[in-house]
Amino acid sequence: MTNQYSPSELLICLASRVMEDGTTAFIGTGIPMLAASLAQNMHAPNLIPIFEFGGTGAILEKLPLAVGDMRTYNKAIAASGICDIMETAQRGFVEFGFLGGAQIDCYGNLNSTVIGDHKNPKVRLPGSGGANDVGSCCWRTIAIMRHDKRRFIEKIDFITTPGYLSGPGAREEAGLPANTGPYRVVTNLCVMGYDDHTKRMKLLSLNPGVSMENVIENTGFELLMADEITANKPPTPEELRILRQQVDPDGLYR
Amino acid sequence: MNKNSKCIPIVFEGEAPLIQPVDLDSFREHNRHKSKSLINKTMTEEEAIDRFVKDGDYLGFELYGTVRCPVSLTRALVRSGKKDFRVAGQGVYELDLLFARDMVREIDFTYIGLEVYGVSQLLRRRVESGSVTNIVEWSNACLTWRFKAASMGVPFVPTRCMLGTDTLRKSSAKVIECPFTGKKVALLPALVLDVGFIHVNRADIHGNCQIDGISGFAFEMARACKHLIISTEQIVKTEEIREHPDRTIIPYYLVDAVVHAPYGSWPGEMNGLYERDETHYKMFIEKQQSPDATDEYMKEWVLDIPDHKSLIEKIGTQRLKEISLKEVLL
Repeated sequence: MTNQYSPSELLICLASRVMEDGTTAFIGTGIPMLAASLAQNMHAPNLIPIFEFGGTGAILEKLPLAVGDMRTYNKAIAASGICDIMETAQRGFVEFGFLGGAQIDCYGNLNSTVIGDHKNPKVRLPGSGGANDVGSCCWRTIAIMRHDKRRFIEKIDFITTPGYLSGPGAREEAGLPANTGPYRVVTNLCVMGYDDHTKRMKLLSLNPGVSMENVIENTGFELLMADEITANKPPTPEELRILRQQVDPDGLYR
Repeated sequence: MNKNSKCIPIVFEGEAPLIQPVDLDSFREHNRHKSKSLINKTMTEEEAIDRFVKDGDYLGFELYGTVRCPVSLTRALVRSGKKDFRVAGQGVYELDLLFARDMVREIDFTYIGLEVYGVSQLLRRRVESGSVTNIVEWSNACLTWRFKAASMGVPFVPTRCMLGTDTLRKSSAKVIECPFTGKKVALLPALVLDVGFIHVNRADIHGNCQIDGISGFAFEMARACKHLIISTEQIVKTEEIREHPDRTIIPYYLVDAVVHAPYGSWPGEMNGLYERDETHYKMFIEKQQSPDATDEYMKEWVLDIPDHKSLIEKIGTQRLKEISLKEVLL
């Protein structure tokens, strides 16, 4: 077993460590599924994964490939439907929600709808799906992104999913549930959070081998800095073992 | 909030006009005249499409990704040559087949893509060239709650989703200050489909349907259709339905046609019965990268195949066995 790891494996481990035991997490396709499964096998055996088409509390023995496949309700506590799940989030039962997108701004607003003009788009993307609902209703959302200047930009082309919108108080003013919003951004370079007062994105910790300058160079807006920038630990041998032998034995995400 | 006013002001309006007008009284009237008799509604995909779908209709497909997707019905719809549809867009493979033949004009859009495999090139080509003329944005929950409103028989339901975003701005939702709390809520207009398509695990000949595993938005959408076409893996006796009435998601009176379609979700998967045909699905994704290859795919796998039975023969028992989790009765 080698301790070398791939960029995806690092992302999965970082996202997994954010999740807490004994709570609920709304899981989307891809890395969040692996992160949730790894968390269940490491520090969070009582993590309740929630999948939008109806799976609640699955034991993630086999990696789901999509948010509605059979593995999303493997040995689950309930198999219902999308209304039950989304209404559960809307009434405040879902702590964490995972998001992604083509573009993100300093307030954590996300675009997964269109590049260019909505009427005459340069690129038509897949759209909100459940993302807007997750971003509206989950208490704390975690965005998982590839970190570059085309994605981290000052003004995104379309706000598909609400972050802090235009800043402090804007979510509440728009009518979104109180005390909800973006919590972390996990990237191939670093982990970021949000400043309590300005609601702007803030660098918290750097991935192994990444400098503060690397992050700044790859971010298209002014990034706030935490008082103390810490270092993210590389994947541990234990994390890598579970990830490779149990979570993703076929190496789909290696 | 203006305390003296007797009307609730609209504080924000999505820019998009409604693709399907809200008319619940005509929906009630339609439902009143739908047969409540336990008649035999079994027919083929082709008959069902021929009888209940017309050019310009507003259509909806119930599914989650490639799971429990009514694909045998979709292929028959594509072969029918009917066109200019408006659709509720929560789609993966089945809407791609419609895009391949340029059959869609307007979309109430939530998600159309290939999930882990990314963006649909077919969607891109149709939208970026302007052959889809109108796209109205929603979220998954909000589109489903629009079905729920229709299912409840009310003109709208309020939600706390979509607020503050461009998704809301490009929708047909309206925002008011709630008359009880004073906080803003978005109102989602009821959505009644002209024709809905749902694939289920089992149904009887009258259209009483049961689904194994998660049920996505089948419950809500089935109740929001003027016409509902069901395809089913298995036709069972009504006694079997009556033995487990708690499992019935769709009662017969909602249903207009019942089509027996084993492997009806192929190349997608079906809860408990078979897995996605990943080899075929990947081949389709490769083919959709160019218009010419798309045409080849459509010819080979949709247009040149007369019916679902012929498709099953073309896939072959060997391949079907490989993807099956248990025996599917053909």
